Amino acid sequence: MFRWFDDRLGIAGWTRGGLRKVFPDHWSFLFGEVALFCLVVLVATGVFLTLFYVPDATLVTYEGSYLPLHGQRMSAAYESVLDLSFDVQAGLVMRQVHHWAALVFVAVIVVHQLRVFFTGAYRKPRELNWLIGIGLLVFALAMGITGYSLPDDLLSGTGLRIIYSAVISIPFIGPWAAFLLFGGEFPTEAIVSRLFVFHIMLLPALLLGAVGLHLAILWRQTHTQFAGEGAREDRIVGKAFWPSQVFKSTGLMLLTAAVLALMGGLIQINPVWTYGPFDPTRVSAPSQPDWYVGWLDGALRLFPPIEFTLVGVTIPSPFLPGVLLPGLAFGIMTLWPFLESWVTGDHREHHILERPRDAPVRTAIGVAALTVFVVLTLSAGNDVASLILRIPVEETTNLLRFAVVVLPVVFAVITYRICRELQRRELASLAGRPVAVRLERNEAGGFTPEDE
Amino acid sequence: MRRTLLAALGAVAVLLLVVLASLAPPARGDDASLEPGSVERGEVLYRAGCQTCHGPAGGGVDPWPAIANAGEASADFQLRTGRMPHAGEPDDQAQPKPPAYDEQSIRDLVAFVGSLGDGPAIPDPVIDESLLQRGQQLFAVNCAPCHGATGNGGAVGGGAIAWPLTDASPRIVAEAMLAGPGQMPVFALPDDDLSAVATYVQYLQEAPNPGGFAIGGIGPVPEGFVAWVVGAGLLIAIAWLIGRRWSKPEGDEPA
Repeated sequence: MFRWFDDRLGIAGWTRGGLRKVFPDHWSFLFGEVALFCLVVLVATGVFLTLFYVPDATLVTYEGSYLPLHGQRMSAAYESVLDLSFDVQAGLVMRQVHHWAALVFVAVIVVHQLRVFFTGAYRKPRELNWLIGIGLLVFALAMGITGYSLPDDLLSGTGLRIIYSAVISIPFIGPWAAFLLFGGEFPTEAIVSRLFVFHIMLLPALLLGAVGLHLAILWRQTHTQFAGEGAREDRIVGKAFWPSQVFKSTGLMLLTAAVLALMGGLIQINPVWTYGPFDPTRVSAPSQPDWYVGWLDGALRLFPPIEFTLVGVTIPSPFLPGVLLPGLAFGIMTLWPFLESWVTGDHREHHILERPRDAPVRTAIGVAALTVFVVLTLSAGNDVASLILRIPVEETTNLLRFAVVVLPVVFAVITYRICRELQRRELASLAGRPVAVRLERNEAGGFTPEDE
Repeated sequence: MRRTLLAALGAVAVLLLVVLASLAPPARGDDASLEPGSVERGEVLYRAGCQTCHGPAGGGVDPWPAIANAGEASADFQLRTGRMPHAGEPDDQAQPKPPAYDEQSIRDLVAFVGSLGDGPAIPDPVIDESLLQRGQQLFAVNCAPCHGATGNGGAVGGGAIAWPLTDASPRIVAEAMLAGPGQMPVFALPDDDLSAVATYVQYLQEAPNPGGFAIGGIGPVPEGFVAWVVGAGLLIAIAWLIGRRWSKPEGDEPA
C-alpha cells in the first residue's frame, strides 16, 4: 500500500530521511510537546462542546433541571451551558476537561517559554520561532479570554465589563475600538456571537496555523541541544525520530490526556450555575479571571488611580496598568532576541544551549520579570488572600505594591550572585586537572597534539 | 530519586485537595426552639454580663453600641453565634465562636433585650422549595456581592469579613438580615423573602454540587492554583520521567 502512495507522491526518500532525523533528548525539551497535546485535548473536547453551545444572547426562560434557576430569564447562551452541565450526557465532564486543559495549556506554554528563555534557545538562527512562539502565547491567551466569556454567566460578564473598560481607555481611539469590538455600548447583544466566532473559527485557525509553522521551522532548523557527549555547534546528537521519539511522544500524549481527563472528572471547575445569569447591575465577590489574565487584573488592583489629560484628551486610569503594561511586556518579549544581540554584539549562530548560569545577566533579568508576573498574578487574588489570612484588603494591597517594586530587584541580585558563584565553583573544580589533549599519529610514528 | 519525586508530588496534591476540601461546609445543628425566655432571669444575666458595655438600659457606654432597639432578632443572632460577649477592641469585628451561654440563658437574655425597646422579633423562616428561584435572585442581588456566589465568604475591606454562610441555619440567616450585624446592612424584607433567602442558603449548603471536589468554591483563584500544582506539576513530572536520558544517544547528524 505504501508503494501505491510512493508511486504517486514520491515520498519514500523524504520519509526515510524524516524517520531517521535526530532529536536531542533532554526532558525539558518536552514541555512544548505537552502544550501541543493539551491543544489536541482542547480541540477534541471543544468540538464536542460546540455541538451543544448556542451563541445567542436572546433572552429565554430556563426550563432545565437546575432548580434554583428554573423559570428565570437568561440568555440562550447561558441556558445552553447549563444544559451542557446538567442535561447533556457527559457534558459537564467535557466542559471541565476543556477548562482544565485550557488552564494547563497556558501554564505549560509559559514553562516552555521559560525553558527557551533561560537557555538562550531563541538566539540566531531561531529568532523567527521565538516570534511565532510569542504569537502562539497571544493566541492562546485570546482563546482563553474568549472561552471564559462564552458561558455568559455573572462572573464572565464581569470580566467582559473590565475588558470593555480597558479598551475604551485607550487614548483617542478607545471608544471607537470598543464599539467596533463589542458592536455598541456594553452590554451588547452582539458580543456573545462575536466571541463565539473568534473562539471557534478565527483564533483556532491562527493558533493551529502558527503551531504548524512553529513545528515546520523546528524541523527545518533542528532542535538546540546542551553541550556534552559529542554535541557540538555543528553536530547534533540524540535519538532518532523513529522509533525513540515517536514512542516517547505517544506516551506523553496519552499521559497528558489522562491527567487532564482525571482533573476534569474529579475536580470541579467554573461552576457557572452558582454564579447565575449575567446581569450588568450585579456583581459577586470574589471575582477573578482565569489565572493567565490574573497579572493584568492584579495590575489594575495595585496601580494607583492615575488619570491625566494629554493633548486635551483624558487618559482614564485603567490605561496605564490595563493597556500600556501588557503592551510593554509583550513588546519587550517580542524584541528580546534582537535587543540581546544588539547589546552583546553577538551575531553568531548558536545551536548549543547556555545553562542559566552561563548568562547571569539574562537569567537575572528573566527572574526579575518572572517575579513581577508572579506578584501581579497573586495580586488578582488580594481579596481571597485577605479572606484566608484575615488581613485587611488595604494592607494586603499595600504589601503587594511594595513587593512588586522591591522583590524583582532583590531576586535579580540574588540570582546574579548565585550564577556567578556557580561559575566560580565550576572553574575552581576544573583547576589543577590535567587538560585532555587530542593526539595525532604523525608520519614519523610519534604523536603530535592536534590543535583545535 | 524518581520514586521520591513522585511520592512528594503525590503528597502535595493530596494535601492540597484535603486543605481545599476542608473549606467545604461542615454539618449544621438544628434550629433552636422559639419558646420565649424569662425577662427576669435575663435581667440578672444582663446585669452581670452585658451592662458594663451596653449600659443598664441598653443605651450603650461609649464607644460600645446601644442595643435598646436591637430587638430579639439581633440579640439571638449575636448570642447564638457566640459573637457576644465580644472579645477584643470596640472596632474589632465580632468573631463567631461557640456560644458563651446555654440555651435557656440565651432565651432569657433575648427576652430581656427585647423588652428594652422596639426592635425586630425573632423571625421564623420556612424552608420552602417553591421559593428557591426567588431566593437565588435575592441572594445574587443582596448577598453574593459580599458573601460570594457560593456563600463561602469574602473580604469586605477594613479588615472585616463577610462570613462564610456554610454553617448558618435558616434562622441565623434571617436574623442577620433583620439585624444587620457589624458592617452588614439591614435587609428588612418581608417574611416570604426571608424564607426564600434562607431556602437558597440551605440549598447551597446541602444540594449535591456536581463536578467533583469543590476546591473552596471561591472561583478562579484555587482553580489556577490547582492547574499549576496538580496539572502542570504532574505533566512536568511525566515529561521528566519520559524524557530523561534512559540510554545512550543513538546517532548524530550535521546540524
